Amino acid sequence: MAKTIFEWGAPGRRAYRPPAVDVPEKPVWEMIPPAARRNTPLQLPELSELEVVRHYTSLSHRNWAVDVGFYPLGSCTMKYNPRINEAVAALPGFSRIHPYQPEETVQGALELVYRLEQYLCEITGMDAATLTPAAGAHGEFLGLLLMQAYHRHRGEEKIRRQIIVPDSAHGTNPASAALAGYEVLVVPSNHEGGVDVDELRRLVGPATAGLMLTNPNTLGLFEKEIAKIAEIIHAAGGLLYYDGANMNAILGVCRPGDMGFDIVHLNLHKTFSTPHGGGGPGAGAIGVTGRLIPFLPGPRVEYDAASGTYRLHQAGPLSVGKVKEFYGHFGVLVRAYTYIRMLGATGLRQVAEGAVLNANYLQARLRAAGVYAFPYSRRCMHEFVFSARRQKEESGLRAMDLAKRILDYGYHPPTVAFPLVVEEALMCEPSETETKETLDGFADALIAIAREAREAPAVFREAPHTTPVSRLDEVRANRNPILTWRMRQAEGKAVQAASRPGGEDK
Amino acid sequence: MFLPHTENERQEMLRTIGVDTLEDLFADIPATLRLKARLDLPPSASEAQIWQEARRLAARNRDLDTYPCFLGAGAYDHLIPAAVSALVSRGEFLTAYTPYQAEVSQGELQAMWEYQSMMVELTGMDVANSSMYDGATALAEAAMLAATATGRSRVVVPQNVHPEYREVTATYLGARGLQLVDLPFEGLTGEIDLAALAKELEAGAVAAVVIQNPNFFGIIETRAKEAVELAHKAGALLIVVAEPISLAILTSPGELGADIAVGNGQPLGNQIAFGGPHFGFFAARHELLRRLPGRLVGETVDRQGRRGFVLALQTREQHIRREKATSNICTNQALNALTAVVYLALLGPEGLKEIAHACLQKSHYAAEKLQQIPGCSLAFSGSFYQEFVLAVPVDTGELDRRLLDAGIIGPLPLIKLLPGAEWEDKVLVCVTEARSRAEIDRFAGVVADAVAAARTARSEEGVRKGREG
Repeated sequence: MAKTIFEWGAPGRRAYRPPAVDVPEKPVWEMIPPAARRNTPLQLPELSELEVVRHYTSLSHRNWAVDVGFYPLGSCTMKYNPRINEAVAALPGFSRIHPYQPEETVQGALELVYRLEQYLCEITGMDAATLTPAAGAHGEFLGLLLMQAYHRHRGEEKIRRQIIVPDSAHGTNPASAALAGYEVLVVPSNHEGGVDVDELRRLVGPATAGLMLTNPNTLGLFEKEIAKIAEIIHAAGGLLYYDGANMNAILGVCRPGDMGFDIVHLNLHKTFSTPHGGGGPGAGAIGVTGRLIPFLPGPRVEYDAASGTYRLHQAGPLSVGKVKEFYGHFGVLVRAYTYIRMLGATGLRQVAEGAVLNANYLQARLRAAGVYAFPYSRRCMHEFVFSARRQKEESGLRAMDLAKRILDYGYHPPTVAFPLVVEEALMCEPSETETKETLDGFADALIAIAREAREAPAVFREAPHTTPVSRLDEVRANRNPILTWRMRQAEGKAVQAASRPGGEDK
Repeated sequence: MFLPHTENERQEMLRTIGVDTLEDLFADIPATLRLKARLDLPPSASEAQIWQEARRLAARNRDLDTYPCFLGAGAYDHLIPAAVSALVSRGEFLTAYTPYQAEVSQGELQAMWEYQSMMVELTGMDVANSSMYDGATALAEAAMLAATATGRSRVVVPQNVHPEYREVTATYLGARGLQLVDLPFEGLTGEIDLAALAKELEAGAVAAVVIQNPNFFGIIETRAKEAVELAHKAGALLIVVAEPISLAILTSPGELGADIAVGNGQPLGNQIAFGGPHFGFFAARHELLRRLPGRLVGETVDRQGRRGFVLALQTREQHIRREKATSNICTNQALNALTAVVYLALLGPEGLKEIAHACLQKSHYAAEKLQQIPGCSLAFSGSFYQEFVLAVPVDTGELDRRLLDAGIIGPLPLIKLLPGAEWEDKVLVCVTEARSRAEIDRFAGVVADAVAAARTARSEEGVRKGREG
């Protein structure tokens, strides 16, 4: 069992020492009135530097990552994160600049943001972009605010209260719509895994603010009827929002702008190779068509050709307002910029081809084995969904049981139990940076696991067997949440008191 | 680039799939939508070319390693121990994602649990989530939470709260038809105006009152406790926007009786990086636990009874609850929160107090020096922590330029962020432990020269006008 940081160290032990104060000191009471001073002791651990290094190094050994092994987590695009990105972002000229420095002292940063905005517009086919949102969901929220502002400007804000999302949509879509105050309508998928266009026709109307769509969708399938979908939404007076989580599949192949989308978000931490960081930071750039530019948040970077300088331009009166401190995740933008520059147009197109090739190869190998159910017969784009339905019927095993067994084979499992439209779904996105050997190894493992499921289902009940901890009791964590060291200590005392003879009386 | 396939492998894979060409894989995309030409992007660059380009761009930015900086206003230049980036840049942390498979994500989960634990210690609250995008969105989400919890529609935000926090919160509230209510501050002290607050609360429907401590002007809200009592008496929640390092020596939100504490955690070991990525912290009283936005990590046991960590109370979250979730947040700022926990582990309680103490001492030393310059004075009489507003008898843009010429990144001219003529002669000065006495003295020297030069220019102007008149 790994110790927590609170179980290391000793009172009085020190790691980092700040420099001595080199100015004449005044008594603290002259500067801070007693009532404004902290009274409770600060119960942080006291450690040596080596203890801190050992502790977090040992935690890192208990963590799966792209650098560690195959990570085919669907809709997350766990591709290789090039180290050049990190090296460039660490340059003091990027990492050590303040957002409120005078513009003339950050011309390089502004130029980078300006150029990246242009690149992303070209890649998506949009007219303008803002790079401020922190993540995909944050971009979605901003996108919905843009819709709101657009309809308000046309005097229809009060009427257009509904956002339509497919039943295969990411959970963030309906959550973002609700956060923006919208009513959420769900359009079902058809037998081919696409939006049921007839149902969509029935759902749209004067209350439609817009449709949020992922294309290719979360089933890894391209919405073939996208032109018709766009026409239906636009004819109803709504706007079309592109959830860019799956943009990796179509880089340089086709563009959301050409499909008729009005607002696009990109997950720079997925498609453009910036590291996921154990859950973040990401960046969720938003691109828009011309008619939505006046509503974008400020400030935006502009180039003044006459003086050859870049400037921050404050937002106009129609702007939805700021959604983020400063200018967004600049450090992430530097990494995405570096990636796009490394690849160029040809390289980006090859990314999409590699991603789609890998996904289809893996899917073909699994289909050929005939051991898993596939909900759709089509070829996929960058990811595909298969189902543990057969394993459930035959052995009572769930998708999650399979996922846990996959861990024993030395792989991270696909996304489990999503999308919701597929029973016992496993959503698998290999990404373009994986070798054929890795895919073959993973396919072999999945085929072996299917055999095990028939022959020795018991092994699944206790899986995983080879990980640092075995299956964890989530029910217990939810029933009695112990979220901090302080709660742990209180819990320990309570357990001790209860187990002491006559403890209840004390 | 970064693609492993050889041509032979590609052909073999295509055969297995049962198609002839890569193009065939995109057959589902209508031909009319498929791009006929390559994207219009600069050609692919080698690593060596990238270095050249990146260095050229970076060189056009004046960085804080070369130029001592007196800017703060929400992003602070603190010293960062070398061990922080050494640990945080480990690929096992850097290239992981949200720990959905707990058994192989114990490192991340435990680190986030430790982060939650330390943020609770700092803020004096009961629970903390595992990070938000930044301080401003954390405040916005806290305001939304308060509106939902109380069923009320107005959130009172004093005008001495960071203007960007105010704007972001107004954006979020506006989307749901909720209202951000302005509250004036005391002109003399720079602290929140309690009489005005009482009046606003009487008007009713207040879901929450926000206090930033120290506030945007650097002033310590010495009567925050009274504000908490007023808010609670009116049935409103009290949200404190805190600066994390100051909490080592200033009254914590928990001690004040706050319901929610939020803020930007950047000072805890994170690079300024032109404003991001930083992270927001979000801590609250236990009663609000099930309303919290974002991810929470909880302790549990495995089949053998060994301690382990999992994502807890996920039924609040978007991937389970969809439109009924407490927030839409999914990707958060895990790596920045990890940075904070490593920083706090390295600093320890004494180290953090020493940093806070150094900020306090150095900013007061600077304030004293600057006030000795004729015509320079503090705009507010309230106690301050590491920032203060200085009124200067010289054009603030001109002062900025002179400081730059002297190799110093000067304080923030407030007119850049606040409307109104009264801000034209005022700058927000920040002095952290990273500034040396020599740098402060040099800075004060340039300000003194600028003031003297302006006075000379004015008197010459006066003489000339006198002659002409």
